[in-house]
Amino acid sequence: MVPLSWYVALSSFLFLIGLVGVLIRRNIVIVLLCIEIMLNAVNINFVAFSKYQHVIDAQIFVFFVITVAAAEVAIGLGIIIAIFRLRETINIDEFNILKL
Amino acid sequence: MSFSAVNILGTMPEIYLTFFGCILLILETMIPKEKRSWLAYFTIIALVFAMVASIGLNGKGLPLYSGLYIVDPFSNFFKIIIYIAAIITILFSLPYLDQEDIHLGEYYAFILFSVVGMMVMVSAGDLITLFLGIELMSLCFYVLVGLKRDDNRSVEASFKYFLLGSFTAAIFLFGISFLYGAAGTETISGLAGFISNPGTLKPMVMVGMILTLVGFTFKVSAVPFHMWTPDVYEGAPTVVTGFMATAGKIAAFAVFLRVFWVAFSGNRHDWDILIILVSILSMAVGNIVAIMQTNLKRMLAYSSIGHAGYALMALLLPNRESLFALLFYVFTYMFMTVGAFGVILMMRKKGVEGEEIEDFVGLSKRHPIAALVMLIFMFSLAGIPPFGGFLAKFYIFFAVVHAGYTWLAVVGIIFAAIGAYYYLKVVMAMYMKEPNGSVVFHSSLMGRIALALTAGTTVILGVYPAPFVAYIKSSLALFIP
Amino acid sequence: MFSQSHPEHYVPIFLFLLVAVGFGAVSLTVGKLIRPKNPYKDKNAPYECGVPPINDARERFSVRYYVIAMLFLVFDVEVVFLYPWAVDFDRLGLFGLVEMMIFIFILLVGYVYAWKKEALEWD
Repeated sequence: MVPLSWYVALSSFLFLIGLVGVLIRRNIVIVLLCIEIMLNAVNINFVAFSKYQHVIDAQIFVFFVITVAAAEVAIGLGIIIAIFRLRETINIDEFNILKL
Repeated sequence: MSFSAVNILGTMPEIYLTFFGCILLILETMIPKEKRSWLAYFTIIALVFAMVASIGLNGKGLPLYSGLYIVDPFSNFFKIIIYIAAIITILFSLPYLDQEDIHLGEYYAFILFSVVGMMVMVSAGDLITLFLGIELMSLCFYVLVGLKRDDNRSVEASFKYFLLGSFTAAIFLFGISFLYGAAGTETISGLAGFISNPGTLKPMVMVGMILTLVGFTFKVSAVPFHMWTPDVYEGAPTVVTGFMATAGKIAAFAVFLRVFWVAFSGNRHDWDILIILVSILSMAVGNIVAIMQTNLKRMLAYSSIGHAGYALMALLLPNRESLFALLFYVFTYMFMTVGAFGVILMMRKKGVEGEEIEDFVGLSKRHPIAALVMLIFMFSLAGIPPFGGFLAKFYIFFAVVHAGYTWLAVVGIIFAAIGAYYYLKVVMAMYMKEPNGSVVFHSSLMGRIALALTAGTTVILGVYPAPFVAYIKSSLALFIP
Repeated sequence: MFSQSHPEHYVPIFLFLLVAVGFGAVSLTVGKLIRPKNPYKDKNAPYECGVPPINDARERFSVRYYVIAMLFLVFDVEVVFLYPWAVDFDRLGLFGLVEMMIFIFILLVGYVYAWKKEALEWD
């Protein structure tokens, strides 16, 4: 068997790639994709753990994560369309009307 | 799993509300624009209906769907608060939505769906259900915040909330995956059994715990994951802000409490230092930064960060006294916060809201009753007797002292004293200065009923809390071992 | 099945990779050697189903594509729940059927909503 730590390492790397992407990329569509990468890293973790624990319920969790991710993307695209109509830009740095 | 009537009956309130939400979506496409207000009445009836169903289920501690879903007095208490917050929100929203030109039928459907999400959260007995509830609530909120599609601030707030919200959701899930990997189960009670004796898998449990803590602190908007709060509270339509700041936050506190007190009770000494840190930081940032705000919605956002700090202190020691203090706190907090946002949304000036502190200058001369109601909320939020907010803070500090953290209670009292300054600043503006601007107080019958309800309850909670105390005490049963 | 202690189990995969790469490389090289060379402008141009290209492909897509994408996403992912149900249809029985009907009903509400809101119209 491929040891569990390999899967965890893979998912951790994917998660970090997504995390760094969210923090440094300026294009909001790319940022959305990076969040998806993070969610998929979680899915890898769940499936790997489920296999090694010999319990199947985490695989059911993966279904729900996939669905929720789809709903999230649908709403995210809607919000991106709304903000693009108003601003004509998809650069995160230009969304600064509300002071942070 | 096979069909079982008990499961269906136990989740009847959620089923009602989902069904009514679907009906609202269809009705919305058929009903003419002038008759939209009927949808509001329909929503209130649906919520009252679900509330009656929830009260009927009270007193039964039922694990449903083989432990995925728990209906106990604790979750019922939170559900009742959420219903009341939603009903008050709908009462406030009728003239407001028309004035802001966002009177859409979807608004009511999203309120109902987010209520369902919160109900699933507070009843969750399993991390899958918990995650689904949090996401259902959050997805509805993302949309509700951006309801003013032509307003730059609203859409930007919605976008920021969405981005940070889904980002922390991913982090939260990563934490859950580690907890599952260590324990091999996702039920909260199953985790509790494993975590009290994790053996060599302790590091995995710690990683999972810290990542879930990040998710929860984001949802209750505690420092250091509070950055979204002021922006979102300012940009969102004020009715939505009031609803998010109360119902959403309170539901997040309920799951926070259930997960940390049940699942993580075994390693309490690993996380209590984190909670103390988050709590002190929240009180400090919330109360100090609020002083510099000129926008009242932003100020209340920082105030809500500070209140999250006070409430978090009650999480330190899992016993009846702390639980009572927290429940009393969120109960009072709901009435005073949703009421304060209600007053803000009734202030109108030339087509926009009077949400700056400037706009409240001299309010007592022109609208003495509105000023009095705002004074009640401000005094109560500041924790000045004889209002409910004082008693709530009193119970929290007492529980903290009894838990052996006297120094923390002293820190909390110092920050509460600092916090009183900016609430009193609003009262000073209303009472001590001459009116200047063109702000009018525009209220409807439903809005006045809601204000009377919130202000009245805030006062009664302070002067005659006995019935509420008795009710909250009855909700503690079955939860604490 | 595949385990670390038996690396020889990976040999078929290795062979498969070798054949796949080799087939591509060989057919391209042989074609290049034996075909006549006669390039001219029209032949080198990229084509869209035989029609000459109008402009650069890297332009901004209409926002309507995103609306369609949103709808597609939501109604596509629902299948994730239909498959496990179909696989275990017999054991889930009537309870599973009723539950799936409720699920489809809720999706249908969304569909009717999108239809009435004219999200499915192009203009």
